[in-house]
Amino acid sequence: MRSAGPAAAGGRALAGAAGLAAELAARIGAGARFAGLMAARREDRLLLSAHLAVPGGMETVEVALPSGAASYPALTPAVGAAFWYERQIHDLFGVVPAGHPRLEPLILPAHGEAAPRPWPGPGAAGPEPGGIWPDEHSLPRRVMGAGLFTIPHGPVRSGVTESVEYLIETPGEDIPHLNMRVFYKHRGVEKRFEGMTAGDGVLLAERAEGVASVAHALAFCHAIERIAGVTVPRPAALVRVLHAELERIAAHLDAGARLAEAAGLAVATARLAAHKERVLRLAGQMCGSRFGRGVVVPGGVAALPRLGPAEVRAQAGALEQAVSADARALMGTASFLDRLRDTGPLRPERAREHGALGPVGRASGFADDARLARPYDGYLALRAGEPAVEASGDALARLRVRWHEVGQSFRLVGQAAGELARLPAGPVRVTCPAGDGRAVGWAEAPAGEVLYDVRMTGGVIERCWPRSPSFHNLVLLHEVFAGDILTDFPFIEASFGLSAAGVAL
Amino acid sequence: MLRGLRDGVVTTRWPGRPDGYSDAWRGPAVLTAPLPAGAAGDLAGICPTGAIRPGPDGVVRLDRGRCILCGRCAERRPAEFGWSRGSAAAVVSREALVVPVTAETERSVGQVRAALRARTAALRRSVHVRHVDAGSDGSEEQEIAALLNPVYDVHRLGIFFTASPRHADVLLVTGAGAHGMAEPLRRTWEGMPDPKVVIAVGTDACGGGLLADSYATSGGIGSVIDVDVWLPGSPPPPFAILHALLLAIGRLPGGSGYGSGERAGGMAQ
Repeated sequence: MRSAGPAAAGGRALAGAAGLAAELAARIGAGARFAGLMAARREDRLLLSAHLAVPGGMETVEVALPSGAASYPALTPAVGAAFWYERQIHDLFGVVPAGHPRLEPLILPAHGEAAPRPWPGPGAAGPEPGGIWPDEHSLPRRVMGAGLFTIPHGPVRSGVTESVEYLIETPGEDIPHLNMRVFYKHRGVEKRFEGMTAGDGVLLAERAEGVASVAHALAFCHAIERIAGVTVPRPAALVRVLHAELERIAAHLDAGARLAEAAGLAVATARLAAHKERVLRLAGQMCGSRFGRGVVVPGGVAALPRLGPAEVRAQAGALEQAVSADARALMGTASFLDRLRDTGPLRPERAREHGALGPVGRASGFADDARLARPYDGYLALRAGEPAVEASGDALARLRVRWHEVGQSFRLVGQAAGELARLPAGPVRVTCPAGDGRAVGWAEAPAGEVLYDVRMTGGVIERCWPRSPSFHNLVLLHEVFAGDILTDFPFIEASFGLSAAGVAL
Repeated sequence: MLRGLRDGVVTTRWPGRPDGYSDAWRGPAVLTAPLPAGAAGDLAGICPTGAIRPGPDGVVRLDRGRCILCGRCAERRPAEFGWSRGSAAAVVSREALVVPVTAETERSVGQVRAALRARTAALRRSVHVRHVDAGSDGSEEQEIAALLNPVYDVHRLGIFFTASPRHADVLLVTGAGAHGMAEPLRRTWEGMPDPKVVIAVGTDACGGGLLADSYATSGGIGSVIDVDVWLPGSPPPPFAILHALLLAIGRLPGGSGYGSGERAGGMAQ
């Protein structure tokens, strides 16, 4: 496994939060990608850590706020991508980023500065179970004018969907502004990690965002393995790739099926959903869980797949043929393409500035794929090929990127299974000593990069900060409704392919 | 169309006819042998959700409603724990998920099931289902939505999903009972006409799973609304959800003991 790059944790002396903002703006201007901002308590001070993705690894820039500080100058005016991250920190710690453009509750329904805060990290027990309840009657509004009204869409919506609320401010057809409230399903995941062993922590990581169970488990385990300084055995690295790629295929098929459903294409919806079922069954046959749960453990994998590599390869090959035929038919349906073309465009310069992850970023020309840029496990030696990149940034480009990636994933499954078949029998996991330390781990989920910042003390987790691609990307929904109308909403939402569970945590 | 014809009929005929896949995956853990008295000390720390613990009568029991299927008990104590198989994981009372079930629970589940059957008799051939996510990890939604794909196709059984709670007979609830969803969930439930049935889908909904003790959840939905059918699983696969639906509306074929609790303790492999 490659190192985390020059780890600057605690090493870089910056002049307060303003210094951090200036440093980040300069580094992002020079080509680094803003990957997230988290806070942790260190004695009586709050430590702000910003993660930057650079070729080959992650770098951390951080600053400690003065002892007992209740506020600091906000980073968002200089680093726009920190917009939601600072709201997350405010929700969890109650520390105010002064000058933040909009400090409403985001992931935690705590209203008012006196509300109890969970304070993830050591030295604080957090609120009692049952301590935080939402104020149901607050309704933020941004756009004012004659005839404007708000459609509160959610948190209980039609169909089988996760709970999230979109407040659509509209004069009737256009969508001048969209507000999102994700706190309805906040589960307190960050705080729950604390005190767990690494072995228990990976079970929770799998459930942080269920549709990307494998990717979350991988990112978490990469952090743990980096702290312990171990490298997973070759067969384990390949088994990890198999499950991660099946997860990607299933998620992309789901996104395709949802888009087809939004367009009312019953046959395409049914066929893509049936293919997805076959992918989940293949994963289930390999490990017992249709979502690949229980496969990834610190130090390797729990066991080799119960299905032989040749059988995996044969099933994946048959699936690929079926999927590609249906994808071709769908992408040749003019009425469908018309609904996606120019719908929900994300401008390339915004994707670049924000560091948009996964298919959303790649469809807007921002090609960052952790499997290629910061490879791990089996990806170090497998040939994933060039990242799928499109330029137009609309819903159609996002779907094209997904189809390209589905083909890529099938090839990776074939390569990994082929190599697995040739490997001599050997262990699939190494012991991962419970050392103390802090490390960042990452993995490429179907929706983009998952990031985990983990600190272990005394053999248990002291602080764990999971960052899902859904959290990083969902804020971009604010920007993609230019010229689009209400009926475009389901297409745009499906084309982002995000999970509310990973946002609210 | 030709591609569709080439594939033939992909739709299962379960539960009318057996389907090999309906038993092909792991369900929540089961006891394969009685636990020795005083085993609580040895067993402490095995289960990450604390599902194995002594009850008020001193007997160590396994709460399948807290099992997240990590398999650690079956791995470390293979003599006493195992995996269950098959789709029949749902039961009609929370106590029936705690195995071995007490004699009292054993007696009561039959009555509970008969009462449920009587209550839902009017629904039998046309059932409308509404789903609410009360803090899930997102995987349960995928498995519920899978019921609509051509492989499971619940329309063939007269089961339909509906957007409005006013049209709904059955409420499927997922998630650990996030506080933010308590009121929306309650209002959805109140909006449904009687008779109505509530199914807790997944271990998180039954007992909170790993998030049972979080400051932000109620440790399952049982303390938020009344639940009729409890289905553990992390997440439960589509066949198990379909079984829970059929149990809820009294349409399981053969009137077997499914869901009455007595099978829950002894279907290990």
